[in-house]
Amino acid sequence: MSDCVTFRNLTLGYHRHPAVHHLDGAIRKGSLTAVVGANGSGKSTLMKGIVGVLKPLSGSCAVKAGTSLAYLPQQSELDRSFPARVVDLVSLGLWPRRGLLGRHRAEDRKAVANALSAVGLEGFEKRPLDSLSGGQLQRSLFARVLVQDADLILLDEPFNAIDARTVMDLIALIGRWHGEGRTVVVVVHDLDLVREHFPEALLLAREPVAWGDARATLSPENLLRARRFHEAWDENSPWCGPGPAPGSGAEAHTSSTFGDRTAA
Amino acid sequence: MSIVYDWLIAPFAEFGFMQRALGGAILLSISACPVGVFLMLRRMSLSGDAMAHAILPGAAVGFLFYGLELIPMTLGGLAAGVVVALGAGSVSRLTIQKEDASMAAFYLISLALGVLIVSLRGSNVDLMHVLFGTVLALNDEALTLIGTITVVTLVALAIFWRALVAECLDPLFLRSVSRLGPPVHFIFLGLVVLNLVGGFQALGTLLAVGLMMLPAAAARFWTTRVEPMCLLAVAIGIFSCLGGLLLSYHASLASGPSIILLAGVVYILSTLIGPRGILATRIRPSLHRTA
Repeated sequence: MSDCVTFRNLTLGYHRHPAVHHLDGAIRKGSLTAVVGANGSGKSTLMKGIVGVLKPLSGSCAVKAGTSLAYLPQQSELDRSFPARVVDLVSLGLWPRRGLLGRHRAEDRKAVANALSAVGLEGFEKRPLDSLSGGQLQRSLFARVLVQDADLILLDEPFNAIDARTVMDLIALIGRWHGEGRTVVVVVHDLDLVREHFPEALLLAREPVAWGDARATLSPENLLRARRFHEAWDENSPWCGPGPAPGSGAEAHTSSTFGDRTAA
Repeated sequence: MSIVYDWLIAPFAEFGFMQRALGGAILLSISACPVGVFLMLRRMSLSGDAMAHAILPGAAVGFLFYGLELIPMTLGGLAAGVVVALGAGSVSRLTIQKEDASMAAFYLISLALGVLIVSLRGSNVDLMHVLFGTVLALNDEALTLIGTITVVTLVALAIFWRALVAECLDPLFLRSVSRLGPPVHFIFLGLVVLNLVGGFQALGTLLAVGLMMLPAAAARFWTTRVEPMCLLAVAIGIFSCLGGLLLSYHASLASGPSIILLAGVVYILSTLIGPRGILATRIRPSLHRTA
Protein backbone atom coordinates (compact mmCIF):
# COMPACT_ATOMS: atom_id res chain seq x y z
CA MET A 1 0.00 0.00 0.00
CA SER A 2 1.30 3.44 -0.84
CA ASP A 3 1.67 6.34 1.53
CA CYS A 4 -0.95 9.06 1.66
CA VAL A 5 0.85 11.54 3.91
CA THR A 6 4.62 11.55 4.42
CA PHE A 7 6.37 13.37 7.28
CA ARG A 8 10.09 14.05 6.92
CA ASN A 9 11.68 15.38 10.09
CA LEU A 10 8.60 17.57 10.43
CA THR A 11 8.61 20.29 13.07
CA LEU A 12 5.52 22.43 13.43
CA GLY A 13 5.06 25.16 15.97
CA TYR A 14 4.38 28.71 16.92
CA HIS A 15 6.88 31.52 17.50
CA ARG A 16 9.79 29.14 16.96
CA HIS A 17 8.62 26.85 19.73
CA PRO A 18 7.86 23.38 18.46
CA ALA A 19 4.41 21.89 19.03
CA VAL A 20 5.21 18.83 16.91
CA HIS A 21 8.89 18.00 17.04
CA HIS A 22 10.87 15.94 14.50
CA LEU A 23 8.14 13.68 13.24
CA ASP A 24 9.15 11.05 10.69
CA GLY A 25 6.90 8.50 9.14
CA ALA A 26 3.92 8.07 6.89
CA ILE A 27 0.20 7.56 7.01
CA ARG A 28 -0.63 4.71 4.64
CA LYS A 29 -3.35 5.07 2.09
CA GLY A 30 -6.53 3.47 3.38
CA SER A 31 -5.41 3.39 7.01
CA LEU A 32 -7.46 4.44 10.03
CA THR A 33 -5.30 6.18 12.60
CA ALA A 34 -6.12 7.70 15.98
CA VAL A 35 -3.91 10.55 17.17
CA VAL A 36 -3.63 10.49 20.94
CA GLY A 37 -1.91 12.67 23.52
CA ALA A 38 -2.36 15.11 26.37
CA ASN A 39 -3.45 18.74 26.00
CA GLY A 40 -0.80 20.69 24.17
CA SER A 41 0.90 17.58 22.82
CA GLY A 42 0.59 18.75 19.22
CA LYS A 43 -2.38 16.79 17.92
CA SER A 44 -4.33 19.68 16.44
CA THR A 45 -1.12 21.29 15.24
CA LEU A 46 -0.30 18.13 13.31
CA MET A 47 -3.73 18.23 11.67
CA LYS A 48 -3.25 21.87 10.67
CA GLY A 49 0.15 20.94 9.25
CA ILE A 50 -1.39 18.20 7.08
CA VAL A 51 -4.16 20.51 5.86
CA GLY A 52 -1.53 23.13 5.10
CA VAL A 53 -2.97 26.03 7.09
CA LEU A 54 0.20 25.91 9.24
CA LYS A 55 3.59 25.94 7.52
CA PRO A 56 6.39 23.76 8.99
CA LEU A 57 9.19 25.37 11.02
CA SER A 58 11.43 22.75 9.43
CA GLY A 59 11.14 19.47 7.59
CA SER A 60 8.21 18.67 5.38
CA CYS A 61 4.73 17.25 5.38
CA ALA A 62 3.68 16.01 1.97
CA VAL A 63 0.19 14.91 1.02
CA LYS A 64 0.28 12.64 -2.03
CA ALA A 65 -0.52 14.60 -5.16
CA GLY A 66 -4.14 14.41 -6.26
CA THR A 67 -5.45 13.52 -2.82
CA SER A 68 -8.64 15.33 -1.94
CA LEU A 69 -8.91 16.30 1.69
CA ALA A 70 -11.70 16.93 4.16
CA TYR A 71 -10.93 18.55 7.50
CA LEU A 72 -13.15 18.91 10.54
CA PRO A 73 -11.32 21.28 12.90
CA GLN A 74 -11.55 21.14 16.68
CA GLN A 75 -12.25 24.82 16.98
CA SER A 76 -14.49 25.53 14.09
CA GLU A 77 -14.52 29.09 12.89
CA LEU A 78 -18.11 28.50 11.91
CA ASP A 79 -20.31 31.54 12.50
CA ARG A 80 -23.52 30.05 13.89
CA SER A 81 -25.33 33.36 13.75
CA PHE A 82 -24.92 33.51 9.96
CA PRO A 83 -28.34 33.32 8.32
CA ALA A 84 -28.06 29.90 6.75
CA ARG A 85 -29.89 26.59 6.96
CA VAL A 86 -28.48 23.15 7.66
CA VAL A 87 -28.74 22.30 3.98
CA ASP A 88 -26.67 25.40 3.09
CA LEU A 89 -23.92 24.35 5.50
CA VAL A 90 -23.81 20.77 4.25
CA SER A 91 -23.88 21.97 0.62
CA LEU A 92 -20.57 23.73 1.22
CA GLY A 93 -19.15 20.21 0.99
CA LEU A 94 -19.94 20.30 -2.74
CA TRP A 95 -17.15 22.85 -3.23
CA PRO A 96 -14.48 20.32 -4.34
CA ARG A 97 -16.92 19.02 -6.97
CA ARG A 98 -18.57 22.23 -8.17
CA GLY A 99 -16.18 24.97 -7.13
CA LEU A 100 -17.07 28.61 -7.26
CA LEU A 101 -19.40 28.72 -10.22
CA GLY A 102 -20.59 25.18 -10.99
CA ARG A 103 -24.33 24.71 -10.68
CA HIS A 104 -25.58 22.36 -8.01
CA ARG A 105 -27.37 19.56 -9.86
CA ALA A 106 -30.07 17.13 -8.84
CA GLU A 107 -27.45 14.49 -8.00
CA ASP A 108 -25.69 16.99 -5.72
CA ARG A 109 -28.89 17.72 -3.86
CA LYS A 110 -29.40 13.98 -3.52
CA ALA A 111 -25.87 13.59 -2.12
CA VAL A 112 -26.63 16.26 0.47
CA ALA A 113 -29.94 14.61 1.41
CA ASN A 114 -28.21 11.21 1.71
CA ALA A 115 -25.49 12.68 3.90
CA LEU A 116 -28.06 14.24 6.20
CA SER A 117 -29.92 10.97 6.58
CA ALA A 118 -26.63 9.12 7.18
CA VAL A 119 -26.02 11.28 10.27
CA GLY A 120 -29.65 11.05 11.35
CA LEU A 121 -30.62 14.58 10.47
CA GLU A 122 -33.47 13.96 8.03
CA GLY A 123 -36.01 16.72 8.34
CA PHE A 124 -33.41 19.22 9.54
CA GLU A 125 -32.70 20.60 6.05
CA LYS A 126 -34.45 23.91 6.57
CA ARG A 127 -33.53 24.46 10.20
CA PRO A 128 -31.50 27.66 10.78
CA LEU A 129 -28.02 26.96 12.13
CA ASP A 130 -28.60 28.96 15.30
CA SER A 131 -31.42 26.59 16.29
CA LEU A 132 -29.20 23.48 16.38
CA SER A 133 -27.82 21.83 19.50
CA GLY A 134 -24.07 21.26 19.74
CA GLY A 135 -24.41 17.60 18.80
CA GLN A 136 -26.71 18.34 15.88
CA LEU A 137 -24.24 20.89 14.56
CA GLN A 138 -21.40 18.39 14.86
CA ARG A 139 -23.46 15.84 12.93
CA SER A 140 -24.15 18.47 10.25
CA LEU A 141 -20.40 18.98 9.94
CA PHE A 142 -19.96 15.21 9.60
CA ALA A 143 -22.57 15.32 6.85
CA ARG A 144 -20.52 17.99 5.12
CA VAL A 145 -17.45 15.76 5.31
CA LEU A 146 -19.56 12.97 3.78
CA VAL A 147 -20.58 15.23 0.91
CA GLN A 148 -16.96 16.23 0.32
CA ASP A 149 -16.30 12.63 -0.65
CA ALA A 150 -12.58 13.05 0.10
CA ASP A 151 -9.71 10.53 -0.08
CA LEU A 152 -8.13 11.81 3.13
CA ILE A 153 -10.36 12.69 6.08
CA LEU A 154 -8.99 14.54 9.13
CA LEU A 155 -11.22 14.83 12.19
CA ASP A 156 -9.98 16.83 15.17
CA GLU A 157 -11.70 15.75 18.39
CA PRO A 158 -15.00 15.13 16.65
CA PHE A 159 -16.59 13.49 19.71
CA ASN A 160 -16.36 16.40 22.12
CA ALA A 161 -19.67 17.12 23.82
CA ILE A 162 -21.37 14.36 21.87
CA ASP A 163 -23.67 11.87 23.60
CA ALA A 164 -22.74 8.18 23.69
CA ARG A 165 -25.29 7.07 21.12
CA THR A 166 -24.20 9.70 18.63
CA VAL A 167 -20.54 8.79 19.18
CA MET A 168 -21.34 5.22 18.19
CA ASP A 169 -23.20 6.47 15.09
CA LEU A 170 -20.23 8.60 14.10
CA ILE A 171 -17.78 5.75 14.80
CA ALA A 172 -19.85 3.59 12.47
CA LEU A 173 -19.58 6.29 9.83
CA ILE A 174 -15.80 6.42 10.28
CA GLY A 175 -15.72 2.63 9.94
CA ARG A 176 -17.67 2.94 6.70
CA TRP A 177 -15.13 5.44 5.32
CA HIS A 178 -12.34 3.07 6.32
CA GLY A 179 -14.13 0.25 4.53
CA GLU A 180 -14.39 2.37 1.39
CA GLY A 181 -10.60 2.63 1.29
CA ARG A 182 -10.39 6.24 2.44
CA THR A 183 -7.55 7.36 4.68
CA VAL A 184 -8.89 8.59 8.02
CA VAL A 185 -7.02 10.33 10.83
CA VAL A 186 -8.93 11.17 14.02
CA VAL A 187 -7.78 13.01 17.14
CA VAL A 188 -9.37 11.15 20.07
CA HIS A 189 -9.14 11.47 23.85
CA ASP A 190 -11.01 8.34 24.85
CA LEU A 191 -8.33 5.62 24.92
CA ASP A 192 -10.84 2.77 25.23
CA LEU A 193 -12.53 4.02 22.08
CA VAL A 194 -9.17 3.96 20.32
CA ARG A 195 -8.33 0.42 21.47
CA GLU A 196 -11.69 -0.84 20.35
CA HIS A 197 -12.24 0.91 17.03
CA PHE A 198 -8.91 2.08 15.62
CA PRO A 199 -6.35 -0.29 14.08
CA GLU A 200 -3.51 2.21 14.41
CA ALA A 201 -2.56 5.01 16.75
CA LEU A 202 0.01 7.77 16.97
CA LEU A 203 0.88 8.82 20.50
CA LEU A 204 2.19 12.37 20.64
CA ALA A 205 3.87 14.28 23.43
CA ARG A 206 5.25 17.02 21.21
CA GLU A 207 7.69 14.30 20.11
CA PRO A 208 6.18 11.18 18.64
CA VAL A 209 6.25 8.64 21.52
CA ALA A 210 4.94 5.64 19.66
CA TRP A 211 3.20 4.92 16.38
CA GLY A 212 1.76 1.70 15.09
CA ASP A 213 -0.74 -0.92 16.20
CA ALA A 214 -3.20 0.87 18.48
CA ARG A 215 -3.10 -1.54 21.44
CA ALA A 216 0.71 -1.73 21.39
CA THR A 217 1.03 2.04 21.06
CA LEU A 218 -1.23 2.62 24.05
CA SER A 219 0.77 0.34 26.34
CA PRO A 220 1.17 1.51 29.95
CA GLU A 221 4.90 2.17 29.39
CA ASN A 222 4.27 4.41 26.39
CA LEU A 223 1.48 6.29 28.15
CA LEU A 224 3.77 6.88 31.12
CA ARG A 225 6.50 8.20 28.83
CA ALA A 226 4.00 10.48 27.11
CA ARG A 227 2.91 11.86 30.46
CA ARG A 228 6.42 13.05 31.30
CA PHE A 229 6.53 15.86 28.78
CA HIS A 230 6.25 19.44 29.90
CA GLU A 231 3.44 21.34 28.28
CA ALA A 232 4.84 24.82 28.89
CA TRP A 233 7.29 26.53 26.59
CA ASP A 234 10.69 27.32 27.98
CA GLU A 235 11.78 30.72 26.69
CA ASN A 236 15.38 29.83 27.48
CA SER A 237 15.45 26.36 26.04
CA PRO A 238 18.45 25.87 23.75
CA TRP A 239 18.20 26.00 19.96
CA CYS A 240 17.52 22.64 18.42
CA GLY A 241 20.30 21.03 16.36
CA PRO A 242 23.33 22.92 15.05
CA GLY A 243 21.30 26.09 15.31
CA PRO A 244 22.49 29.60 14.59
CA ALA A 245 23.45 32.14 17.16
CA PRO A 246 20.36 33.57 18.85
CA GLY A 247 18.83 36.41 16.92
CA SER A 248 20.51 35.56 13.65
CA GLY A 249 17.10 35.24 12.06
CA ALA A 250 17.68 31.85 10.51
CA GLU A 251 15.05 29.11 10.56
CA ALA A 252 15.98 27.66 13.92
CA HIS A 253 13.59 26.57 16.62
CA THR A 254 14.08 25.86 20.28
CA SER A 255 14.33 22.28 21.40
CA SER A 256 11.55 20.82 23.46
CA THR A 257 12.04 19.93 27.07
CA PHE A 258 11.01 16.36 26.45
CA GLY A 259 14.05 14.20 27.18
CA ASP A 260 14.80 11.01 25.31
CA ARG A 261 13.43 10.90 21.82
CA THR A 262 12.14 7.45 21.05
CA ALA A 263 9.93 7.44 18.01
CA ALA A 264 8.65 4.00 17.23
CA MET B 1 -56.45 60.31 -7.87
CA SER B 2 -54.98 63.72 -8.48
CA ILE B 3 -53.83 63.86 -4.87
CA VAL B 4 -51.85 60.66 -5.38
CA TYR B 5 -50.42 62.12 -8.54
CA ASP B 6 -49.54 65.42 -6.87
CA TRP B 7 -47.89 63.75 -3.93
CA LEU B 8 -46.14 60.77 -5.45
CA ILE B 9 -45.66 61.28 -9.17
CA ALA B 10 -45.58 64.98 -9.95
CA PRO B 11 -42.31 65.79 -8.17
CA PHE B 12 -40.51 63.26 -10.33
CA ALA B 13 -42.49 63.92 -13.52
CA GLU B 14 -41.99 67.66 -13.41
CA PHE B 15 -38.43 68.03 -12.21
CA GLY B 16 -35.41 66.52 -13.92
CA PHE B 17 -33.25 66.86 -10.84
CA MET B 18 -35.76 64.76 -8.86
CA GLN B 19 -35.70 62.08 -11.55
CA ARG B 20 -31.94 61.93 -11.50
CA ALA B 21 -31.86 61.90 -7.72
CA LEU B 22 -34.32 59.01 -7.64
CA GLY B 23 -32.47 57.10 -10.36
CA GLY B 24 -29.12 57.50 -8.64
CA ALA B 25 -30.50 56.58 -5.24
CA ILE B 26 -32.24 53.46 -6.57
CA LEU B 27 -29.11 52.31 -8.38
CA LEU B 28 -27.14 52.86 -5.23
CA SER B 29 -29.66 50.87 -3.17
CA ILE B 30 -29.45 47.90 -5.56
CA SER B 31 -25.69 47.96 -5.26
CA ALA B 32 -24.85 49.06 -1.73
CA CYS B 33 -27.55 47.24 0.28
CA PRO B 34 -26.35 43.66 -0.47
CA VAL B 35 -22.80 44.79 0.30
CA GLY B 36 -24.13 46.19 3.57
CA VAL B 37 -25.75 42.83 4.40
CA PHE B 38 -22.38 41.08 4.17
CA LEU B 39 -20.64 43.84 6.11
CA MET B 40 -23.18 43.37 8.87
CA LEU B 41 -22.93 39.57 8.81
CA ARG B 42 -19.14 39.82 9.09
CA ARG B 43 -19.59 42.07 12.14
CA MET B 44 -17.98 44.87 10.20
CA SER B 45 -20.91 47.28 10.31
CA LEU B 46 -18.77 50.01 11.78
CA SER B 47 -16.06 49.34 9.22
CA GLY B 48 -18.36 50.87 6.64
CA ASP B 49 -18.39 54.05 8.65
CA ALA B 50 -14.62 53.89 9.07
CA MET B 51 -14.09 53.29 5.36
CA ALA B 52 -16.28 56.27 4.54
CA HIS B 53 -13.97 58.45 6.59
CA ALA B 54 -10.94 56.79 5.07
CA ILE B 55 -12.07 57.91 1.62
CA LEU B 56 -11.91 61.55 2.65
CA PRO B 57 -8.21 62.35 2.12
CA GLY B 58 -8.28 60.94 -1.41
CA ALA B 59 -11.36 62.93 -2.26
CA ALA B 60 -9.77 65.93 -0.56
CA VAL B 61 -6.66 65.68 -2.70
CA GLY B 62 -8.89 65.65 -5.78
CA PHE B 63 -10.79 68.61 -4.35
CA LEU B 64 -7.56 70.46 -3.58
CA PHE B 65 -6.28 70.25 -7.13
CA TYR B 66 -9.44 70.31 -9.18
CA GLY B 67 -12.17 71.78 -6.93
CA LEU B 68 -15.57 70.13 -6.76
CA GLU B 69 -15.09 67.86 -9.75
CA LEU B 70 -16.49 64.36 -9.93
CA ILE B 71 -13.73 62.34 -11.57
CA PRO B 72 -10.70 63.52 -9.56
CA MET B 73 -12.56 63.29 -6.26
CA THR B 74 -13.88 59.83 -7.11
CA LEU B 75 -10.52 58.47 -8.19
CA GLY B 76 -8.84 60.01 -5.16
CA GLY B 77 -11.47 58.51 -2.87
CA LEU B 78 -11.10 55.10 -4.49
CA ALA B 79 -7.33 55.19 -4.11
CA ALA B 80 -7.47 56.21 -0.45
CA GLY B 81 -10.16 53.63 0.29
CA VAL B 82 -8.19 50.82 -1.33
CA VAL B 83 -5.01 51.78 0.55
CA VAL B 84 -6.84 51.76 3.88
CA ALA B 85 -8.70 48.52 3.08
CA LEU B 86 -5.49 46.78 2.06
CA GLY B 87 -3.60 48.14 5.05
CA ALA B 88 -6.24 47.25 7.61
CA GLY B 89 -6.98 43.91 5.94
CA SER B 90 -3.31 42.95 5.81
CA VAL B 91 -2.64 43.86 9.43
CA SER B 92 -5.61 41.78 10.57
CA ARG B 93 -4.66 38.82 8.36
CA LEU B 94 -0.94 38.82 9.15
CA THR B 95 -0.90 39.76 12.83
CA ILE B 96 -2.94 38.97 15.93
CA GLN B 97 -4.70 42.33 15.74
CA LYS B 98 -8.35 42.05 14.76
CA GLU B 99 -9.90 43.95 11.90
CA ASP B 100 -11.82 46.41 14.11
CA ALA B 101 -8.63 47.77 15.69
CA SER B 102 -6.56 47.93 12.50
CA MET B 103 -9.46 49.53 10.64
CA ALA B 104 -9.85 52.13 13.39
CA ALA B 105 -6.15 52.95 13.29
CA PHE B 106 -6.01 53.34 9.53
CA TYR B 107 -9.20 55.34 9.18
CA LEU B 108 -8.23 57.77 11.93
CA ILE B 109 -4.90 58.46 10.23
CA SER B 110 -6.74 58.87 6.97
CA LEU B 111 -9.44 61.13 8.37
CA ALA B 112 -6.95 63.46 10.03
CA LEU B 113 -5.05 63.69 6.79
CA GLY B 114 -8.26 64.43 4.90
CA VAL B 115 -9.39 67.22 7.20
CA LEU B 116 -5.91 68.71 7.05
CA ILE B 117 -5.94 68.70 3.26
CA VAL B 118 -9.45 70.19 3.02
CA SER B 119 -8.45 72.96 5.45
CA LEU B 120 -5.56 73.91 3.16
CA ARG B 121 -8.07 75.30 0.75
CA GLY B 122 -11.62 76.51 0.97
CA SER B 123 -13.99 77.16 3.81
CA ASN B 124 -15.98 74.82 6.03
CA VAL B 125 -18.86 75.17 3.61
CA ASP B 126 -16.85 73.17 1.10
CA LEU B 127 -16.12 70.55 3.72
CA MET B 128 -19.80 70.28 4.52
CA HIS B 129 -20.45 69.82 0.83
CA VAL B 130 -17.99 66.95 0.66
CA LEU B 131 -19.34 65.36 3.83
CA PHE B 132 -23.06 65.70 3.27
CA GLY B 133 -23.40 65.29 -0.46
CA THR B 134 -25.64 66.62 -3.12
CA VAL B 135 -28.30 64.11 -4.08
CA LEU B 136 -30.41 66.85 -5.67
CA ALA B 137 -27.52 67.99 -7.86
CA LEU B 138 -26.62 64.69 -9.52
CA ASN B 139 -25.47 65.34 -13.07
CA ASP B 140 -25.34 62.79 -15.88
CA GLU B 141 -21.67 62.19 -15.22
CA ALA B 142 -22.37 61.18 -11.64
CA LEU B 143 -25.31 59.01 -12.68
CA THR B 144 -23.09 57.17 -15.16
CA LEU B 145 -20.54 56.62 -12.41
CA ILE B 146 -23.14 55.22 -10.02
CA GLY B 147 -24.59 53.04 -12.79
CA THR B 148 -21.15 51.62 -13.54
CA ILE B 149 -20.52 50.92 -9.88
CA THR B 150 -23.86 49.12 -9.64
CA VAL B 151 -23.06 46.88 -12.60
CA VAL B 152 -19.53 46.10 -11.33
CA THR B 153 -20.88 45.29 -7.86
CA LEU B 154 -23.68 43.02 -9.08
CA VAL B 155 -21.35 41.12 -11.44
CA ALA B 156 -18.73 40.68 -8.70
CA LEU B 157 -21.37 39.51 -6.21
CA ALA B 158 -22.77 37.03 -8.73
CA ILE B 159 -19.35 35.56 -9.48
CA PHE B 160 -18.05 35.38 -5.92
CA TRP B 161 -21.33 34.76 -4.12
CA ARG B 162 -20.55 31.19 -3.05
CA ALA B 163 -17.06 32.09 -1.86
CA LEU B 164 -18.34 35.14 -0.01
CA VAL B 165 -20.98 33.09 1.81
CA ALA B 166 -18.42 30.37 2.62
CA GLU B 167 -15.90 32.96 3.85
CA CYS B 168 -18.52 34.45 6.18
CA LEU B 169 -20.04 31.17 7.32
CA ASP B 170 -16.92 29.06 7.81
CA PRO B 171 -13.62 30.70 6.78
CA LEU B 172 -11.46 27.79 7.95
CA PHE B 173 -13.46 25.41 5.77
CA LEU B 174 -12.97 27.63 2.74
CA ARG B 175 -9.24 27.66 3.43
CA SER B 176 -9.19 23.87 3.51
CA VAL B 177 -10.83 23.49 0.09
CA SER B 178 -9.79 26.61 -1.80
CA ARG B 179 -7.33 29.45 -1.93
CA LEU B 180 -10.07 31.98 -2.62
CA GLY B 181 -10.51 33.05 1.01
CA PRO B 182 -8.04 35.96 1.21
CA PRO B 183 -8.72 37.29 -2.34
CA VAL B 184 -12.46 37.22 -1.73
CA HIS B 185 -12.01 39.21 1.46
CA PHE B 186 -10.13 41.91 -0.41
CA ILE B 187 -12.52 41.89 -3.37
CA PHE B 188 -15.30 42.40 -0.88
CA LEU B 189 -13.49 45.30 0.80
CA GLY B 190 -13.00 46.72 -2.70
CA LEU B 191 -16.75 46.57 -3.27
CA VAL B 192 -17.32 48.39 0.01
CA VAL B 193 -14.97 51.18 -1.06
CA LEU B 194 -16.51 51.35 -4.52
CA ASN B 195 -20.04 51.70 -3.17
CA LEU B 196 -19.05 54.26 -0.58
CA VAL B 197 -17.40 56.33 -3.28
CA GLY B 198 -20.59 56.02 -5.33
CA GLY B 199 -22.72 56.95 -2.34
CA PHE B 200 -20.48 59.83 -1.47
CA GLN B 201 -21.43 61.44 -4.76
CA ALA B 202 -25.12 61.02 -4.10
CA LEU B 203 -25.42 61.42 -0.37
CA GLY B 204 -22.02 62.44 0.95
CA THR B 205 -19.50 60.30 2.76
CA LEU B 206 -21.38 60.17 6.03
CA LEU B 207 -24.82 59.34 4.72
CA ALA B 208 -23.54 56.85 2.12
CA VAL B 209 -22.86 54.49 5.01
CA GLY B 210 -26.43 54.91 6.19
CA LEU B 211 -27.89 53.64 2.93
CA MET B 212 -25.44 50.74 3.03
CA MET B 213 -26.02 49.68 6.64
CA LEU B 214 -29.53 50.67 7.79
CA PRO B 215 -31.53 48.60 5.25
CA ALA B 216 -29.21 45.64 5.89
CA ALA B 217 -29.59 45.96 9.65
CA ALA B 218 -33.37 46.21 9.27
CA ALA B 219 -33.59 43.19 6.95
CA ARG B 220 -31.79 41.04 9.56
CA PHE B 221 -34.96 40.95 11.66
CA TRP B 222 -37.17 39.50 8.94
CA THR B 223 -35.49 36.43 7.50
CA THR B 224 -33.07 33.60 8.33
CA ARG B 225 -31.51 33.25 4.90
CA VAL B 226 -28.97 35.48 3.28
CA GLU B 227 -30.48 35.65 -0.23
CA PRO B 228 -33.89 37.01 0.82
CA MET B 229 -32.09 39.24 3.31
CA CYS B 230 -30.19 40.94 0.49
CA LEU B 231 -33.35 41.36 -1.62
CA LEU B 232 -35.26 42.76 1.33
CA ALA B 233 -32.44 45.19 2.11
CA VAL B 234 -32.55 46.44 -1.48
CA ALA B 235 -36.33 46.89 -1.22
CA ILE B 236 -36.00 48.82 2.04
CA GLY B 237 -33.26 50.93 0.46
CA ILE B 238 -35.37 51.80 -2.57
CA PHE B 239 -38.39 52.55 -0.39
CA SER B 240 -36.29 54.85 1.80
CA CYS B 241 -34.91 56.70 -1.19
CA LEU B 242 -38.32 57.18 -2.77
CA GLY B 243 -39.98 58.19 0.48
CA GLY B 244 -37.08 60.32 1.62
CA LEU B 245 -36.97 62.30 -1.61
CA LEU B 246 -40.73 62.92 -1.52
CA LEU B 247 -40.49 63.93 2.10
CA SER B 248 -37.72 66.36 1.38
CA TYR B 249 -39.62 67.75 -1.61
CA HIS B 250 -42.92 68.33 0.17
CA ALA B 251 -41.61 69.38 3.56
CA SER B 252 -38.57 71.25 2.27
CA LEU B 253 -36.19 69.08 4.25
CA ALA B 254 -32.59 68.22 3.41
CA SER B 255 -32.78 65.25 1.05
CA GLY B 256 -29.86 63.06 2.19
CA PRO B 257 -30.82 63.02 5.87
CA SER B 258 -34.49 62.48 4.93
CA ILE B 259 -33.58 59.28 3.07
CA ILE B 260 -31.41 57.99 5.89
CA LEU B 261 -33.91 58.91 8.60
CA LEU B 262 -36.64 57.04 6.75
CA ALA B 263 -34.37 54.01 6.57
CA GLY B 264 -33.82 54.55 10.29
CA VAL B 265 -37.56 54.44 10.92
CA VAL B 266 -37.79 51.15 9.00
CA TYR B 267 -34.93 49.83 11.13
CA ILE B 268 -36.57 50.78 14.43
CA LEU B 269 -39.89 49.26 13.31
CA SER B 270 -38.09 46.10 12.23
CA THR B 271 -36.35 45.71 15.59
CA LEU B 272 -39.77 45.91 17.20
CA ILE B 273 -42.12 43.97 14.95
CA GLY B 274 -39.88 41.78 12.74
CA PRO B 275 -40.29 37.99 13.21
CA ARG B 276 -36.85 37.97 14.81
CA GLY B 277 -37.36 41.30 16.54
CA ILE B 278 -37.90 42.27 20.15
CA LEU B 279 -41.63 41.64 20.45
CA ALA B 280 -41.57 38.26 18.70
CA THR B 281 -38.74 36.94 20.87
CA ARG B 282 -39.89 38.44 24.18
CA ILE B 283 -43.59 37.75 24.24
CA ARG B 284 -44.33 34.43 25.91
CA PRO B 285 -46.58 32.37 23.65
CA SER B 286 -49.78 31.07 25.20
CA LEU B 287 -49.29 27.62 23.68
CA HIS B 288 -46.32 25.48 22.77
CA ARG B 289 -46.06 22.35 20.67
CA THR B 290 -45.35 18.85 21.89
CA ALA B 291 -42.21 18.49 19.74
